[in-house]
Amino acid sequence: MELAYGHPKSLKPIQTKYCPGCGHGVIHRIIAEVIDEMDLQAKAIITNPVGCSIWADLYFDFDSVQPAHGRTPAASTGIKRMLPDHLVICYQGDGDLAAIGTAEIIHAANRGEKFTTIFVNNAIYGMTGGQMAPTTLVGQYATTAPEGRDPIGAGMGYPIKVCELLATLEGTRYLARGAVNNAVNIRKTKNYIRRAFEAQMRGEGFTMVEILSQCPTNWQMNPAESVEWLEKNMITFYPLGEIKNTLSASASAQAR
Amino acid sequence: MAEEIRLMKGNEAIGEAAVRAGCRAYFGYPITPQNELTAYMARQMLAKGRTFIQAESEVAAVNMVYGASSTGVRAMTSSSSPGISLKQEGISYLCGADLPAVIVNVARSGPGLGGISPSQGDYFQSTRGGGHGDYYTIVLAPKGVQEAADLTYEAFSISEQWRVPVLILADGLIGQMMEGVVLPEPIDPATLPRKEWAVGHSAEMHRPYIHVTSLNLVPDALEAANRLRFERYGKIKKELVRYEEIDVDDADIVFVAYGTAARVCHGALEMARAAGMKVGLFRPITLWPFPSARLAGLAERGKRFLCIELSMGQMVEDVRLAVNGKMPVDFYGRCGGNVPSQEEVFAEVKRLMGR
Amino acid sequence: MTEKTFMAGFGGQGIISLGQLWVYSAIKEGLKVTFFPFYGAEKRGGIARASVIVSSDEIKSPIVTSADSVVVMNQDSVEIAEKVCRKGGTILVNSSLIKADPARPDAKIVHVPCNDIALKLGDVRIANMVMMGALCKVTGAVKLDKLESILPSFFSSNKRSLISLNIAAVEEGKKAVSG
Ligand SMILES: Cc1ncc(C[n+]2csc(CCOP(=O)(O)OP(=O)(O)O)c2C)c(N)n1
Ligand code: SF4
Ligand SMILES: [Mg+2]
Repeated sequence: MELAYGHPKSLKPIQTKYCPGCGHGVIHRIIAEVIDEMDLQAKAIITNPVGCSIWADLYFDFDSVQPAHGRTPAASTGIKRMLPDHLVICYQGDGDLAAIGTAEIIHAANRGEKFTTIFVNNAIYGMTGGQMAPTTLVGQYATTAPEGRDPIGAGMGYPIKVCELLATLEGTRYLARGAVNNAVNIRKTKNYIRRAFEAQMRGEGFTMVEILSQCPTNWQMNPAESVEWLEKNMITFYPLGEIKNTLSASASAQAR
Repeated sequence: MAEEIRLMKGNEAIGEAAVRAGCRAYFGYPITPQNELTAYMARQMLAKGRTFIQAESEVAAVNMVYGASSTGVRAMTSSSSPGISLKQEGISYLCGADLPAVIVNVARSGPGLGGISPSQGDYFQSTRGGGHGDYYTIVLAPKGVQEAADLTYEAFSISEQWRVPVLILADGLIGQMMEGVVLPEPIDPATLPRKEWAVGHSAEMHRPYIHVTSLNLVPDALEAANRLRFERYGKIKKELVRYEEIDVDDADIVFVAYGTAARVCHGALEMARAAGMKVGLFRPITLWPFPSARLAGLAERGKRFLCIELSMGQMVEDVRLAVNGKMPVDFYGRCGGNVPSQEEVFAEVKRLMGR
Repeated sequence: MTEKTFMAGFGGQGIISLGQLWVYSAIKEGLKVTFFPFYGAEKRGGIARASVIVSSDEIKSPIVTSADSVVVMNQDSVEIAEKVCRKGGTILVNSSLIKADPARPDAKIVHVPCNDIALKLGDVRIANMVMMGALCKVTGAVKLDKLESILPSFFSSNKRSLISLNIAAVEEGKKAVSG
């Protein structure tokens, strides 16, 4: 009999330390499922970033490297260039990718580095306790935006749409945005991840899946409220879907 | 009326002291265990119409300080160890351009990402310049919340007086702990005099144009500039050295410790005195300039030393340089975020004294 | 006079506000204080601990490693309480949640049914205030006579109504340990 549903092999069977309702755990799971489906556990290497997901190496059951804050794409570049036949996953939070590591992501993308970035956008700094992120929405509260993000008055700037920004770079081949607030979006996000991983293994250019994710703790909500908040506020600002897909024709044919 | 004593976290007291010192611009980036300081500045600076920016990185934050300081205002940044490493580039440029600045390090344990618990592992980095080139920064090490506030307040004027960045070297314990604090008088930044070395307002200042730079491609000219700066360092060493001594006069053995470690040693000192052992405490407050001459003098008088640090042994090298082999200098340290207990330190003294 | 107290419980039991109110009251009574909440790795595990010192003299080491008094709010913290209490010190246990006494025959064990008393008063969240009353009575280190005047600055305006409840909890805590 075929196993219809089980715990992915690439994920250790332990409970995570993430807060209840946190998106990181779900994202870990779908990454692990895709790796299992593609039979890549022995070839996968993840760079787990500085951020709440620094714990990822406790949960993923394959190799990992932990770089300095924001330098994740640079470290992934080094790994992928040395091990081009491996699946290199550059896992990043919004602070890691869009603040301190902006230079690294832009130049890795522009060089068309052949790893896949999983960009977890929870619109806040989770690990350090709720400071404003580059992706924090206008008006959203953060400990460093005590009256809410005020782009002009307080000079805090606007939320950055990372997929759209990177889409202008010719080195990028596949940029998609998903979410993990409900089952439908989780399933779609998993498909984006699969497409990106397949493209990486074919040696196409830079691929990234941005994932809108809940941080109930620092949004100061319960998990149920947080999925709703994400739906109402984040998805309306950060549209879901494939923002850019210039993968080879054979890949598009393959895609379900 | 008695001065109001407020109960404050070290991080917040540092923030409030900076605001009261007339800090006109603060630039930071989140990092534990100094997050309360950045959040405090967000609230206070924005409410007062001053400049607060959560920068995209520590590199950006310190370079924002470079820009703000070159206009002559009081500017500050803060972080914790990994972020302070990133600021070293900017600190080197600040020193090269002779710009004042206040940089706060609420240190945590390393190397690398390390942990978020208290540490004194950044002593070398702090007292040896830290970045590239020939320079020093003034380093002040508070032992508690009150002193953290006082030294931060004073750091701005010290930095302006000498045109050398001042580093406040605290640690996670001082940043996170609450104590009573009496705050200094607020200074309105608008009342501070314009600086003759600052850019902007050239017409009103009736002065030639100013070029803030650290670049100097002519070896003789660069050497001359560096020598001039080192003359200033010489004066700083004469005039700024600060330390505290407790029960040193009759002591056979003297703890040398700064910041949090000094508090622990003070506790151990009391235990030792109660047991009839003659133990003293020497606490450097300025880590650069280091109170070498005073330590040398104590060595001449036959004191032996026990250095206690929250590290594998960094300041102990300066103590050994000062003592220059005249008396034994022992070391006991804990690291990784561990803070020794006063009982542990007392046990070490007993061991050394053969008790 | 120096009273070194170690406080332990789990997140949400109000260990931090207990410690802060204790030292803030002490400041108002003219004492020197330090309050150091353990942060970092422990915090994530939902454990709340604090080193709390009040003294008429300058406070030396802010870390309590040999406590005159220990406040233990939950079963999981009993072990650390046993370790940190000095010989002849006092351990105040929240007997509503802790059934077996700490294994320290040399220490004085004081039982305070904090949760039960708080529930009787109508709100389990003031269990920490009950404990503070007990700590006050047992150690005498802080009188808490200025508590009423400082509570307003601790509560946001919409919670001011809770002040009298908190005061009542402190009083009940004192009574619970008066012989
Ligand atoms: C150089 C440096 N600066 C700051 C930090 C502190 N820090 C740790 S995690 C983090 C931000 C994490 O936010 P994000 O990337 O959005 O990840 P999340 O926790 O939200 O998943 C920061 C600023 C650090 N570790 N290193
Ligand atoms: S703080 Fe936010 S991002 Fe971090 S584990 Fe908790 S919910 Fe997840
Ligand atoms: Mg984030």
